[in-house]
Amino acid sequence: MEMFANSSSISKGMGEVVASDEPHVLAVDDNLVDRKLVEILLKKSSCKVTTAEDGLRALEYLGLAAHQDSSANSNGSKVNMIITDYCMPGMTGYELLKKIKESSMMKDVPVVIMSSENIPTRINQCMEEGAQIFMLKPLKHSDVERLRCQIMQCRG
Amino acid sequence: MEVGQLQRSFVEYMASLFREGFLDAQFSQLQQLQDDSNPDFVVEVVSLFFEDSERLLNDLTMALDQPNVDFKQVDAHVHQLKGSSSSVGAQRVKNCCVPFRNCCEEQNIETCLRCLQQIKQEYLLVKNKLQTLFELEQQIVAAGGAIPMVQ
Repeated sequence: MEMFANSSSISKGMGEVVASDEPHVLAVDDNLVDRKLVEILLKKSSCKVTTAEDGLRALEYLGLAAHQDSSANSNGSKVNMIITDYCMPGMTGYELLKKIKESSMMKDVPVVIMSSENIPTRINQCMEEGAQIFMLKPLKHSDVERLRCQIMQCRG
Repeated sequence: MEVGQLQRSFVEYMASLFREGFLDAQFSQLQQLQDDSNPDFVVEVVSLFFEDSERLLNDLTMALDQPNVDFKQVDAHVHQLKGSSSSVGAQRVKNCCVPFRNCCEEQNIETCLRCLQQIKQEYLLVKNKLQTLFELEQQIVAAGGAIPMVQ
C-alpha cells in the first residue's frame, strides 16, 4: 500500500523538466475524501502535491520521524508548505505542527491547519505554536488560491 | 430521447436536488473544479465518498452492536462521516451527524441507533440521487451533447 501519493503538474512527454517555480505542498489528512479534495484544489493552484494519511507518515516524508537519522535522505528541503488536518488519530495536526516547528530544517516552512470545527481555543493554540493560517473545512477554491499567494510571498 | 430533452431533465433534476436540500453549495464547488485536466473529478470524489461512507456505516453498526459500546469510537466514526459528507456537499447526511454526536455524548444507545437508522436512510437516498444524476450525464454524452453547467 502506498503511503504517499506524488503528483506532478508537468505535462507528459516533456521529460524531466522541473518547473522550479511550482510550490511543493505536503497535504496531511486521514479522511479519504478530504485528501482527494485538497490534492485537486492544490493542483488547480499549480502546486506540486504530496499527500500523507497521518502525522507519522508526514514526519517520515520530511525526514523528521524519531527513528530517522538526521542525515537521512529526506524531502523536507523540497517542501514549501505543509497543510494538515487538525483531528487525526495518533498524532493531531497540532502535534505535527509542534514537531515541525522544533526542527531546525523545517521550522520556517509555513504550516496551515484545517479543521471542520470552529473552536477559538483550538485556533489560538495553533496560531501560538506558529501556524501560518487556520482554515475551516470544507476548503474552497478561493481558500487555496489565497494560500498559494502566501506561499509565494514566503519564498521571497 | 433527444439531447435537448435530456439536458433539460438534467438541469431540472439538479435544481431539485439543491432545492430539496440533498446537495449544498459545496457540491457546486466540486463541479466548478472539474475541467479538461480533471474531467471525472466529481464522479471520482463522489465514489470515494460512497466507499468511505459505506465503510463507516458498517463500522458504526458494529460499534453499536457491542455489549460495551465505545461511544468515543462511535463519535470518531460520525466525525469522519460528517467530514466527508460536508466536503462533497451531501447536506442531509451531514445534518444527521450533529444530533448523532450529541447522542454519543449522552451515551444513549437507543437514540444512537435511531440516528444511525436515519443516516443510513439519508445516505441511500443521496447515493441514489447522485447515481441517477451521473446516469443522466452519461446519456447526454452518449447522445452527443454537452453537460449543462448549473449555477
